[in-house]
Formats: sequence, structure tokens, C-alpha cells
Amino acid sequence: MSRAALVHSGDIPWPPSVHEFFPPDLFGGNGPWFTKFTLLVWLAVALIIVFFLVAYRDPKMVPGKMQWIAESIYGFNRNDIARDVIGHEGIKFAPYLATLFTFIAVTNIFSIIPGIQISPNSHIAFPAMLAIITYVLYIYWGIRRHGFGKFVKQSLILPDVPWWLLPLLIVIEFAQVFVFRPITLALRLFANMFAGHIVLLVFTLGGFLIAGAGNWFIKPISVVSWALAILITFLEALICLLQAYVFVMLTSSYLQTSLAEEH
Amino acid sequence: MIGNLAAVGYGLAAIGPGIGVGLVFAAYIQATARQPETAGLNRPNLLLGFALIEVLALIGLAMGFVYPLSK
Repeated sequence: MSRAALVHSGDIPWPPSVHEFFPPDLFGGNGPWFTKFTLLVWLAVALIIVFFLVAYRDPKMVPGKMQWIAESIYGFNRNDIARDVIGHEGIKFAPYLATLFTFIAVTNIFSIIPGIQISPNSHIAFPAMLAIITYVLYIYWGIRRHGFGKFVKQSLILPDVPWWLLPLLIVIEFAQVFVFRPITLALRLFANMFAGHIVLLVFTLGGFLIAGAGNWFIKPISVVSWALAILITFLEALICLLQAYVFVMLTSSYLQTSLAEEH
Repeated sequence: MIGNLAAVGYGLAAIGPGIGVGLVFAAYIQATARQPETAGLNRPNLLLGFALIEVLALIGLAMGFVYPLSK
């Protein structure tokens, strides 16, 4: 018995399931070579590049509207994240952090734009790739700054810890720094976008389901469901930007622990 | 009765993060009530803590879809 048959829903795919996240090939080919997600990622990259190129095409001393937005985004990443968290030398990471922030923010915002309404980040592959880049970056800089042996020692052994706790703490620290950090980084973004899409589906499709009910006392409740869907869309807008901020914030805090002299 | 046990699982998974998010915001409100000038200083920590805790509930929601519906 299939899931859809659980509820008499006609052609509404209810309850929403993982299948919603696997749209067919846009060109109707044999496999998923060029899906909506491929298109959205290229679109996001194009949007970001075009926006920043146009905004900085003719920089003025007193910035116009577009230049002001671009400078605010970069300045936020440079001053409020890179410099505040990593310290003065963090400014050299500002381009990476700003790129990461804009890419995640734009791809996340796709999840609430009518007509698109799905984010590439709701597939684990995209957040995983971003997390791997960060992972390689902070390990590379840790090794480059301290040398391999000292970096590993500094990451695993906390100062001022009694010797008999070390066997336990080294295992925990190893798991945390080298295993859990990239996994949680990817999983956090993925779970947010995935859950957001599912919740929106529940309220939107649920509204149609209630509207299609046979009882006239139940039908008007669908309006409540759609109103909730709209409210949750606004909440999603907040979550989208918040997740981009959190991803960049955690990236810079991992970089900071790699670059720091001592804990 | 027709249903999915994953819904119960998600309910259980949401208890901890619910308490956690409440604690984070309670602490922030208390801090800003006592020292209003620290509002901006604490906001990054508030958002970071909120996001770190909130994801636990969302992972619980996502996990419900990982395992297929058993008959």
C-alpha cells in the first residue's frame, strides 16, 4: 500500500514525502542530469556575479543604492564576522566568507520565492560540499600556521587538564574537531532547508486537502491552513538569512581556533 | 487508526530543543533587561545559540523521512 493511498486525496501528493525533493529532468532526458537544482545553482551564481559586477562597475565616493547594498553585505562579513571573530588577520578571509554568505543566502531565499519554492540546500550534497571547503580551509590554515604536529597537539590536548583525563578528552576532541564539525555544519543547513520545505508543503497541500473535504463545515478551515503557510513563509525568510549567518559565523570561529596560538 | 510513529518520535525530539530555545531567549531577555546597553553585544550569541539548538528539532523532523514507512 503506497503512502498516497493512506488518505483519500485525489491527485494531491499527501502526505508530503521525500519524493518532493527529486524533481524530474528539465529536458526530459534519461536521468537527472539537469534538474531544477542545477538550474537554481547556476542562477544563484549568475545573480551574485552580475549583482556585484554591476554594483561596483562605477564606484562612487558617496555610494548609490546598489553600491550601498553591496558594500553593506561585504562590510558586514568583513567587519562584523571576520574581524570580530577571527581578529585582525581575519580580514584576509573576508572574500571567502562574503562569497559563502551570499551564495548560501541566495540559494536559501529560493525556498520562499513563489514559483521556485525549493532551495538547492535541501539536498545534502550542496551543504556537504560547502562544509568540505570550510573543513579543508581551517585544517590547511592550522597546519600552515603551526605545522602538522603542533596543530594536531593543540587541537587535541586542552591546556591545564589533569593527565588522567587525557585519554578520554583526546578522543572527544578528535571526534569534535575532525569529525563532527563538518558533519554538523552540513547537516544544520540541510535540515533547516529540508524541514522548512516539508512544513510549507504540509500547510499548503493540507489546505487543498481540507478544501476538498466533503463536509461544508470543514472546508473553510483551509483558509486558516493557507494563512499559516504564509506566516511560515515569513519565518522561513528569517531562517534563510539566519542560517547563512550561522554558517559563516561557525566557519570563522573554526578558523579562529585553528589560527589561535593557544586555547 | 492510521498514522506514522515518526510523528511521536518528532514530538519527543522537540522537547529538548523547546526547553533549550526557551532558556536562550529567557537569558537574553534577562540580560538586556538588566543591562540594556549589552543588547547589541549579545545578539550574535543569541542567534548562534538559537540556531545551534533549533537544528536538533529539525534533524528530528528530517530523520522521520530517512526511514521508509514500514507496513
